Amino acid sequence: MTIKQIAEILEAEFICCEEHKDKEVHTACGSDMMSDVLAYVKDQAVLITGLCNPQVVRTAEMMDMICIVFVRGKRPTEDAIALAKGKGMVMLTTQERMFSACGKLYEAGLHPGS
Amino acid sequence: MSSLHLEYEVEGNNFVSAGQATEKVKFCLKGMGINPADIRRIAIAMYEAEINMVIHANGGKALVDIFVDKIVVKLVDTGPGIADIDKAMTPGFSTATDSIRDLGFGAGMGLHNMKKYTDEMYVESTVGVGTTITLVVNFS
Repeated sequence: MTIKQIAEILEAEFICCEEHKDKEVHTACGSDMMSDVLAYVKDQAVLITGLCNPQVVRTAEMMDMICIVFVRGKRPTEDAIALAKGKGMVMLTTQERMFSACGKLYEAGLHPGS
Repeated sequence: MSSLHLEYEVEGNNFVSAGQATEKVKFCLKGMGINPADIRRIAIAMYEAEINMVIHANGGKALVDIFVDKIVVKLVDTGPGIADIDKAMTPGFSTATDSIRDLGFGAGMGLHNMKKYTDEMYVESTVGVGTTITLVVNFS
């Protein structure tokens, strides 16, 4: 699916880099612990998280992810947004909670990856 | 023979800038056309080590040597040192505080991850003197 479809499914708002909304993504990972993202993620393109600091962007970048979805209506800090803009990384925010956000995306065809 | 040597200062307790050295190394390797899977392996390992230096050791230095066939990253700090390296390598073991966990780190996966993603990893540490971690990734 595209990032735009993720935004539609989660009724999410673009925080930055909306110009990349037509990029295709197939896999995702949901976690508030960046240590676990670094430990277990392989080829996921989307990070779903409730953590809002700049290290979320750096972690996603190290894993070659291209989109971060913030759940529970959270908004990242300004320095995190600035960092994401510099990397062309899409940021979305949704009112959905982690479990339901992951569930809806899974149901729509986004998978954990290998 | 070293084809490229890079050095970075890592600022202690600065959680905003943490990871900058790794970012720069990643950018450099991309520009050199290194295999993306290899770049990701060294980026994850170095980022974990850099975060550790910021959290536990009040910063330090990252010394990077990029050869034709591999990258060697040495992270040198003068922090408190690691008393029991074997214990620190155990997945889940962490001395991080709750405030670090609130930032998304301190799951006790750092050293374990560094070993998992590299081809060679060495930890030299003396309590009260500091820690040097060496990470090696061979290019495929």
